[in-house]
Formats: sequence, C-alpha cells, structure tokens
Amino acid sequence: MAEHVNLERRRQAIYGWLLLTPAAILLTTFAFYPSMATLWTSLFSRGTRRRPSEFVGSENYTDLFADPTFWKVVTNNLIYAGATIPISIAIALGMALWANSKIPARGFVRTAYFTPTVLPMIAAANLWLFFYTPGLGVLDQIGSLFGLPSVNWLGQPETALWAVIIVTIWKEAGFFMIFYLAALQTIPEDLKEAADIEGASRWTYTRRIVFPLLMPTTLFIMVNALINSVKLIDHLFILTKGGPNDASKLILYYIWEMAFAFFDAPQAAAMTIMVLLVLGIVAAIKFSYLDKRTHYQ
Amino acid sequence: MRALSRHIETLGALLLAVIWISPLVFAFWAAFHTTSDAVNFNVTAAWTLDNFRTAWDGAPWLRYFLNTFVLVTVILIGQFVITTLAGFAFAKVQFPGRDFVFILVLMQLFILPEVLIVENYAMVSRLGLFDSILGVGMPYMASAFGIFLMRQAFKGVPIELHEAARVEGCGWFGILWRVYVPLARPTYLAYALVSVSTHWNNFLWPLIVTNSPDTRPLTVGLSIFGAPENGVDISVISAATMMSVAPLLIAFLVFQRQFVQAFLRAGIK
Repeated sequence: MAEHVNLERRRQAIYGWLLLTPAAILLTTFAFYPSMATLWTSLFSRGTRRRPSEFVGSENYTDLFADPTFWKVVTNNLIYAGATIPISIAIALGMALWANSKIPARGFVRTAYFTPTVLPMIAAANLWLFFYTPGLGVLDQIGSLFGLPSVNWLGQPETALWAVIIVTIWKEAGFFMIFYLAALQTIPEDLKEAADIEGASRWTYTRRIVFPLLMPTTLFIMVNALINSVKLIDHLFILTKGGPNDASKLILYYIWEMAFAFFDAPQAAAMTIMVLLVLGIVAAIKFSYLDKRTHYQ
Repeated sequence: MRALSRHIETLGALLLAVIWISPLVFAFWAAFHTTSDAVNFNVTAAWTLDNFRTAWDGAPWLRYFLNTFVLVTVILIGQFVITTLAGFAFAKVQFPGRDFVFILVLMQLFILPEVLIVENYAMVSRLGLFDSILGVGMPYMASAFGIFLMRQAFKGVPIELHEAARVEGCGWFGILWRVYVPLARPTYLAYALVSVSTHWNNFLWPLIVTNSPDTRPLTVGLSIFGAPENGVDISVISAATMMSVAPLLIAFLVFQRQFVQAFLRAGIK
C-alpha cells in the first residue's frame, strides 16, 4: 500500500515537471537568464575591436551616477510617475462613479472612456500630434480663438514632458476605470439604502463607504500604474524622441537609446539593473500585501 | 437641489466623454479631408478618400497587417499551449518544489520583457530568430499572467469531474483536454482578447527585433511611415493611423461587452 502511494507520488512529480518544462525553458531563456546576464554585462567594460571588454566591477555604475543625463532621466521618470499615477487613478475613479450612476447616454460615456485603451500607443501619439503641432494643431487653434500666442508644446523643455504625461493619462485612465466599475458593482445595495435612511448625503456615502471599500482596487491599480510608468514609453518615439534637450526622456527610452543607438550595452545593462531593483521592491511590497490578504489562493 | 446636482454631474460626465473621444474624432475627421481643410477646421469641406490612397501607396500595409495577424496568432497559440500545461501543473498536480516554482513564475510579472530588451535581443539573435515573427513572439509565450489565470480557472474545476474521468479510464492529458480545457472556455476567451489587443498594440520589442517589411508589425510600420523624415502631412498620418487601428477598434465597438468583461476577468483575479 505504502509503495503504491509512493509510486503515485513519484508519478505526479514527473507529470508536474513535464507539464512545466515548456514554460520553464521559455521563462529561463527570456526572463531569468537575461536578468542574470544583464547583471553580468553591467560589470564589464564595453568591448571595442582593439580592446576586448574586461571586468570593471562597479565602474559602469559609477559612470552612470556621474552622468547628468541619467539623473535628468530619473527625475523625468519620477515626475512622470508622480503625475500619471495619482491623476489617472483620480480620473478613473471619477469615470467609474459616473459610468456606474444612472445618467443618460451611459453606454456612450463608458465607450468613450474606454476606447483609448484598445488603441496602440503609437496610434495614440499620432492622434495627439494633431493636437500639439504648433500653429496648425487643435490646441493652438483653440488658443488663438482667445488671442493666445502659438505654443510649441512638444518642442520646448517646459512643456514637452507634460504633453507626454497627458497622453499617458488619456491612455490608461479608461483602463483603470474598468477595475473600479467592477468593484463598485460588488458593493451591496443595502449599504446605500442604510445610508439614505440615516440621512447621509451622497458625498458622505461616497467618501465614508464607497472609497474605503474601493481601497484594495486602488492598491491593485496603483501597482499597475507604477509598472506602466516604467513601461509606457512608445509615444516618445513619435512625439518627442526624448527631447528637446532630454526634457522628456524616460528611463526605458534611455536604455533603448544606449543599447541600440549608442551601442553601449554595459551602460544600458547597469541602468536595466536599477530598473529591475525598483520593480523588485514593488513586487516585494505587492506580494507581502497580497500574502496578507491571501488574494491568490 | 438634488436634481440640479444630478444635471451638473451628467453634464460633467458627458463633457469628459467628449474630451476623451475627441482626439480620435479629430483624427477620423482629418483622415477624410484635405490637410488645409483639416487644419483650418473647415466643417463644410468636402469629404475625400485621397489621404487613404496616398497612405496606402506609401507603405506595404497589407504585409504589415498580415505580419501583425500572424504575430498575434502565433503568440496566442503558444500562450494557450504553454499556460494550459503549466497552469494545470500548478493547480492540480502535487510535486515537490511546486510553490517555490510558482513564486518564481509570479516574479516574471515584474521582470517585464520590455525592460530586458538588451539581453533578450542578444538571446534572440543567438537563437537565429532576429528579424523573424517567432523572434518577436517567443518572449511573450510563457506568460506568467496567463499561467496564473489558467491556474485559477483550473482550481475552480470540481475534483469529482476529474475523478469521474479517471474512473472512465482517461489519462492525464485526456482529463486535461476533455474536462479542464472545455470548462475553462470563458477564461480562454478573456485571455485571448487581452493577449490579442496587447500584442496588436505592442511596439518597442517588435521595433528592436524586426528589420524588414517582411516581419514588421503594423505599429512599427506606422511609426516609420509617420516619421518626420518622410515628410507626410497630418491628414495622411491620420488616415494611416485610422487604417491601422480600424480592425481592433471595430472589433471592440462590436464586442464591447465581451471586451470589457475580458479585461475585468483578467484583471480582478
């Protein structure tokens, strides 16, 4: 009997690993090994034809920290994250509250909010180009109605990053709205009735009952928005190419530029490690939070 | 008072909706008008298809469409096979080290393929997959997100069905194929919609891995077509943009409910 159980257990183990093999191979090839390789590359100098690359330890990192462009890019990305995360969450929440209430043309409203989500970032950038182009663009045309001077939104350092931020918010707010909508629909009706009986205003109800109940959703969205603030850079290729003067350059774009325009793989690797570190911290926070809530069991 | 605030809210909601949709509407309108009419907001101007003709002749769009179509199909098939097997292993098979491996898989949710472009590019070149559609698709096939989703779906299948199939003489793969996969159909549909729209829209990685019109997907083609060096005007760019978003956008408008449900199902769990 014991032998039978043992045999079954062994068989299950073999099946389990067999089933995992394709995923394990691909994950190793395109996630785990490259992460390790990135760390390795970041410790070597850039090889040239005359001088092969050699171990330099932390030199790439010290170079990186001495590079003013790196700090500029980090600052930009912090502003990018600091603006897109709260603003898109706030807009998403407002959208969800509206799209969930009984208003006329609710179907149109929902569709309008969500549509940017299904567009490629590249296409979104093209649409917004039409708004931002100086002289001809929609924004300048509206401005000229009020006698405002033409503004080169994408061409001047003060506004370029913000123009990029607006496109990101436009793209992701409707997506986040969906999660809020789902959460709103799980709030039981009796809570609203109870609040009405107690004579609570709609605002009090929203603030005291709805917002706290939406908290887990907000945290979930926040993690997503944080990841997006690293990942969503496609529109830079169309709108600003990181310019003018690096004013709108973000980290991932800079990594791409380092590796594929300047061919400096070690520098790019060092920067990638930084990003992975940050993402790792986010992951740790998320998993410890999730573990506490045992969300995925 | 209450009625008034309701009206104001409705107005706000509609106003926001109009603002949100306006970039798309403007581009749509510009695509069907001459550049000078478009930038002057000549509302009465005649509609024209010239921009689409110019755009269509300017790049191998049919090829780009085909590439994108093949790309999302290849990725989806790969993802279905790999995440089904792995999800089943994590959900229903007992083996030592399972939980540890699962945590490793979850970590991949944060090691974004986008961030590892440098080494993944080296890896794809080493495998001889540079400038191939398979090279664009491979890094996304073992999607941690998909594995997680399938695991959740399979966990919900009652063990009695599993036992019944076993008593009937079904092997592991038989049980997986005949019991679990059919029962997880809604999850597959949801995952398919999310996957297709993600990879239809993906840009950075395809930009790096493709190098010829034969492999380039729509997004990369569109970015090259719209590059300022090519000197195309705004109406033609709008037409090209409309063309490349049309299939997904129309699909979305038609199957809106399923789309939203799909994103929900995918996101909430």
